[in-house]
Amino acid sequence: MRRAFIPSTDLVPRVEKGEPFAVARMISRAEASSSEAREALGALYRKAGRAHVVGVTGVPGSGKSTLVATLVARLRAAGARVAVVAIDPSSPYSGGAILGDRIRMQEHALDEGVFIRSMATHGAMGGMAHACLDVVDILDVAGYDTVLIETVGVGQDEVEVANASDTTVVVSAPGLGDEVQAIKAGILEIADIHVVSKCDRPDSNRTLTDLKMMLKDAPPRDGWRPPVLGLSSLRGEGFEDLMDAMARHREALAGPGGVARRRAIAAFRLRKTAETILIERFRGREQGSVDALAARQQDPYAAASELVRNFTGEKADA
Amino acid sequence: MGQPIRVLLAKVGLDGHDRGVKVVARTLRDAGMDVVYTGLHRTPEEVVRAAVQEDVDILGVSLLSGVQLTVFPKIMRLLAEQQAEDMIVVAGGVMPDEDVEALKALGVAEVMLQDTPPAAIVERLTHLVEARGAR
Repeated sequence: MRRAFIPSTDLVPRVEKGEPFAVARMISRAEASSSEAREALGALYRKAGRAHVVGVTGVPGSGKSTLVATLVARLRAAGARVAVVAIDPSSPYSGGAILGDRIRMQEHALDEGVFIRSMATHGAMGGMAHACLDVVDILDVAGYDTVLIETVGVGQDEVEVANASDTTVVVSAPGLGDEVQAIKAGILEIADIHVVSKCDRPDSNRTLTDLKMMLKDAPPRDGWRPPVLGLSSLRGEGFEDLMDAMARHREALAGPGGVARRRAIAAFRLRKTAETILIERFRGREQGSVDALAARQQDPYAAASELVRNFTGEKADA
Repeated sequence: MGQPIRVLLAKVGLDGHDRGVKVVARTLRDAGMDVVYTGLHRTPEEVVRAAVQEDVDILGVSLLSGVQLTVFPKIMRLLAEQQAEDMIVVAGGVMPDEDVEALKALGVAEVMLQDTPPAAIVERLTHLVEARGAR
């Protein structure tokens, strides 16, 4: 039996009603980034903006998944409907992926108020999945109050999640580096909330102290000073503080500091979308230049300028 | 650009062996598919909810405990209730030949027993998805 194709625009009203099948299918359309879905995704973007989008990032093994699973339970207990976008890496060789984040979220498997979607990075950079921003909009319109984005385990400068979320939580674990790690540029700078996980371990105080020392003299960003919170998913401790900090940060964003943040997120979104459209148009057309480039008969600057010129109609050297 | 085939692999019921299903997961990953694995001891309800949320092309259920004629009718009914009757359901594991026929009569697209070579699994799943059409 060949399946019937449901047009994406027909899915939009069903997404608004929160139908799990329609929400899931719309997410697949966003991932496929077909031009057929653009009108529907555009309509969803205009309807979205109600949910609190919280990015959770940190190095591999820092305890992100376990933290997210517990956080979902606490947010549900407080009455919120919660969606999780769980991102895992794609294989650089086959392009395939094993998405295992659901295993840690089994207690929410039958809860109607929880929607979990696993995504593979598919070559996207920054610990994020391609189309993650569209997926967040879909879940927002479907009526989830909080959307948690759990990034892949990242290194030190994969900071794109901060351009996708209202509130960015950076998870650090004890025992992963000395105090110099804490003053390096990169991922630690994007945190709106710092969490030190595994605070049931004796060396966690050292990590907490290092982070607090680093942040002591940092100027507030958009009128907000990132708190440093200790947390133990094992013992279920510290989650009230985390939820309180999330709520306070959201309130702060409603003020003047939030305007700059929203503009930055919108600018990032615009650039990303333009990139997607351009790359799609270039695909398959660069073959001649690639051969000349590989043979070093042409240079990448001239070849790329010519490729762009063919689309924009600009004069040479423009 | 073709999207990777999405597969959800699940272990339903009480058997605690997931070596086989993990080998299949890796095989499918290496064939370029996105594989969601939900772990051991799931119920049909949990598996179907997860498969719907993940909007997978294929729901693969591995069973070694002999409860296939209880589990699969439930799964097929729940999928229909969730408007996901067009999802491809595949069974894997160890079972008698007459049960294979019974499962196919229920609408299970393929039953792959323990001696199925990995390459054959990839080929069969790819073919099933191509015949079914895009999400």
